[in-house]
Amino acid sequence: MAELILEMNHITKKFSGVKALDDVNLKVEKGEIHALCGENGAGKSTLMNVLSGVYPAGTYEGDIVYKGETCHFKNIRDSEEKGIVIIHQELALSPYLSIAENVFMGNEQVSMKGVIDWTMTKKKAKEALESVGLGHENVNAPINTLGVGKQQLIEIAKAMAKNVDLLILDEPTAALNDEESAHLLELMLEFKKRGVTCIIISHKLNEISYVADSITVIRDGHTIETLKKGVDEFTEDRIIKGMVGRELSNRYPERKDCPIGDVVMEVKNWTVYHPEIADKKVIDNINIKVRAGEVVGLAGLMGAGRTEFAMSLFGHSYGQKISGQVFMHGKEVSTKTVQDAIKNKIAYTSEDRKTYGLVLIDDIKHNTTMAALGTYFSKHGIVNKNEEILAAEDYKKKMNTKATSINQAVGSLSGGNQQKVVLAKWMATQPDVLILDEPTRGIDVGAKYEIYCVVNELAQSGHAVIIISSELPELIGTCDRVYVINEGKIAGEVSRSELTQENVMKTIMEHNKEKGGEQ
Amino acid sequence: MEKKKYINMDMKSYAMILALVVIFGLFYVLSKGANATPVNINNLIMQNGYIIILATGMLLCVLTGNIDLGVGSVVALSAACAGKLVMEQGWSVPASWAVALGIGLVMGVFAAVFIAYLDIPPFVVTLATQLMGRGLTYTLLASKTVGPLPTSYTQVGAGFLPSIKVAFGSGQIDLLSVAVAVVATACILLSELRTIKTNNKYGFPNITPWQMVVKNAIFIVLIWFIMTSLGRNNGIPLQLLIVGIIVAIYHFITSQTVAGRQIYALGGNQKAARLSGINTRRVFFWIYVNMGLLSAIAGIILSARQGAANPKMGDGVELDAIASCYIGGAAAAGGVGTVTGAVVGALVMGVLNNGMSMIGLPTDFQKVVKGAVLLGAVTFDVLSKRKKN
Repeated sequence: MAELILEMNHITKKFSGVKALDDVNLKVEKGEIHALCGENGAGKSTLMNVLSGVYPAGTYEGDIVYKGETCHFKNIRDSEEKGIVIIHQELALSPYLSIAENVFMGNEQVSMKGVIDWTMTKKKAKEALESVGLGHENVNAPINTLGVGKQQLIEIAKAMAKNVDLLILDEPTAALNDEESAHLLELMLEFKKRGVTCIIISHKLNEISYVADSITVIRDGHTIETLKKGVDEFTEDRIIKGMVGRELSNRYPERKDCPIGDVVMEVKNWTVYHPEIADKKVIDNINIKVRAGEVVGLAGLMGAGRTEFAMSLFGHSYGQKISGQVFMHGKEVSTKTVQDAIKNKIAYTSEDRKTYGLVLIDDIKHNTTMAALGTYFSKHGIVNKNEEILAAEDYKKKMNTKATSINQAVGSLSGGNQQKVVLAKWMATQPDVLILDEPTRGIDVGAKYEIYCVVNELAQSGHAVIIISSELPELIGTCDRVYVINEGKIAGEVSRSELTQENVMKTIMEHNKEKGGEQ
Repeated sequence: MEKKKYINMDMKSYAMILALVVIFGLFYVLSKGANATPVNINNLIMQNGYIIILATGMLLCVLTGNIDLGVGSVVALSAACAGKLVMEQGWSVPASWAVALGIGLVMGVFAAVFIAYLDIPPFVVTLATQLMGRGLTYTLLASKTVGPLPTSYTQVGAGFLPSIKVAFGSGQIDLLSVAVAVVATACILLSELRTIKTNNKYGFPNITPWQMVVKNAIFIVLIWFIMTSLGRNNGIPLQLLIVGIIVAIYHFITSQTVAGRQIYALGGNQKAARLSGINTRRVFFWIYVNMGLLSAIAGIILSARQGAANPKMGDGVELDAIASCYIGGAAAAGGVGTVTGAVVGALVMGVLNNGMSMIGLPTDFQKVVKGAVLLGAVTFDVLSKRKKN
């Protein structure tokens, strides 16, 4: 066995009592490309944040041995000093600063104490850019004049400028097109030759099986296995099996057969362009329909465009140049504003309930009636406070929201209870279709179960429900039918009888291959 | 679940009223009682009426997490127009007021369009309207004062409601003032009874009895003190009636209507409000239009009280209005605050100004004290919230 550069032993990390990582072990050899695979929420990013000191030593259990010595990183600076650099999924660039300034952000080249040496900065920036194949770029240009692909490379240049020994890339190709991705992968192989060790987190299994020397699979916060190139089977199917092979116990309430009625909502030829990049199609000609009493899932990898689709549908809240038609009960309707969408009986709960769902400083009562206040809880513009209290109490009881009273601020509730308030808010608008975007993100198992029960009840009472979720088991446990979305397109539709994780993943992979074949 | 029968009063919401009483008491001692004379109570109301009106409108801006810096200039511009029309063009008073209100409305719409529909930050837009409004006022008045305004004009700022005087002690007292005090007392008691009834009906806990008695006793004593003081002077100022009506309307809007709730929702979380079907642009638009209109009303009252319009009028009052909101418990980040709080805040500023002048503190130094009080009040507010979490 080759020399190990990094050992993470028995890492356990809890978030308010919930184990995100449970006795995770990771061994990385010097000079290899090591891939971390797992579903969304499996704990890959958490593990890397533990390693890089985002979660300081002491907030987790277990130990980190790096280059033979046990390390206790208190912050990112500590780990960077040792040569560990992490590049996060979201770009950490300041858009209006120049390329050179960005490359040395937090690592400024100084001559005297605190005074920046601009000549040195530019010279070294140029060198760093050359190392990632961007030697021809003007280091004085603001970073936002570059495309996302090049910005990603700048992030890597930034890491290279820090004398990196262990480079961690979290979903580096998620925002890149095929050509840019290929370039980045070649770059990783080049770094390998230079002796840099890489850890890569990626959903794109074809990329992983291409570059990686070994793969560690993480599932539900546990390490499942480590596969080695040349020793173990190294195919995409094999990786998928490791990632999803989990048994479904009764984490989902049983769905009673409820009669599926007529089509409630149909969306035709829905196309949306990126809000800033005018010629980038984010949603490309999506057609879906959902019937009364039906729960339909939207599956796809992160960045596939599911949330963008839902937001653009709901009051054109995302994107530009939106085209396509929405039919409710066979009649075409407009959803140009949120008010239109609500009036036409569409409800949407955001994946980010704190930013888009709730007024955290306000109480349960006001949040519950926020979207329906003008329609159902007022007369001539004057709020009927008694009705409001009754409705809020009613929903609190129905959803089993745990709070001292309906006058409690929602900011002080747990995630699960906040989500119940969001659901109550939209049920109060008496919608026909509910689009639930990641309805159980970040909430505990018990609250999840309760929310699935609410979804079942909604379907049984004749509502149409669309669930967007990155957790495939959740979709399998709750949905009648799943649309698989990949890169803004419908990659396929999977009916309940064929609904397995393997089938959904295969649909995505095949769609990727088809796309690859076109180019 | 067992329900608690009584809860303690949320002292924080009354802290500023208490502070107001304490500050007044302090100046009572320092001025040897001079600040509690009927004449001075009357002056306090007359001098601060227009600030209270501005604070009411400003509260809506503050609720959204913003401010309006153009208020003082709109006050001056609308008053200048009305004054000029009456004095130099021979217009009737009501017609000149209509024009003044129109000017306020136009200035409001002007700012509101930039803020609500062009997404220009309110700070920048209203800084511009401040400069533009002030410049227009100086131009219009050619840097000169217009006056003295006729009585039919000044009545609204300096006049009184009809009074029925009867002998009382060594002087006279106005029966109307006493009647108002009686009615107000009855209103307070009735509304308290209604709250108790509602609480019992829905099973909400009531406030501990002794606290409720103390709270209402303080309110009733305050009302009787003010009304009898006014009664012993010249009766109820017309201004008080106007201010009272405006405050009542805005208190109602913010606490009882859908529109009011939308302002709070927008201030608490603009993105969530938008995704809940609230037309956030429209809310912003009307808040700033409203501010323009209220500034014009304040301008008319201020020029009426002064009996003249001059180009320096209302210079810096926007800051008083903003400070009133913050002292009254509104959060700078938006989403928190009440009209009554803003009114109390304005009164705190007014009592401070008045008291410091009475004890002969130089005006230059008065600003230092006002700044310290603003900072102290907001720090208290923020720290007490932090402790709660």
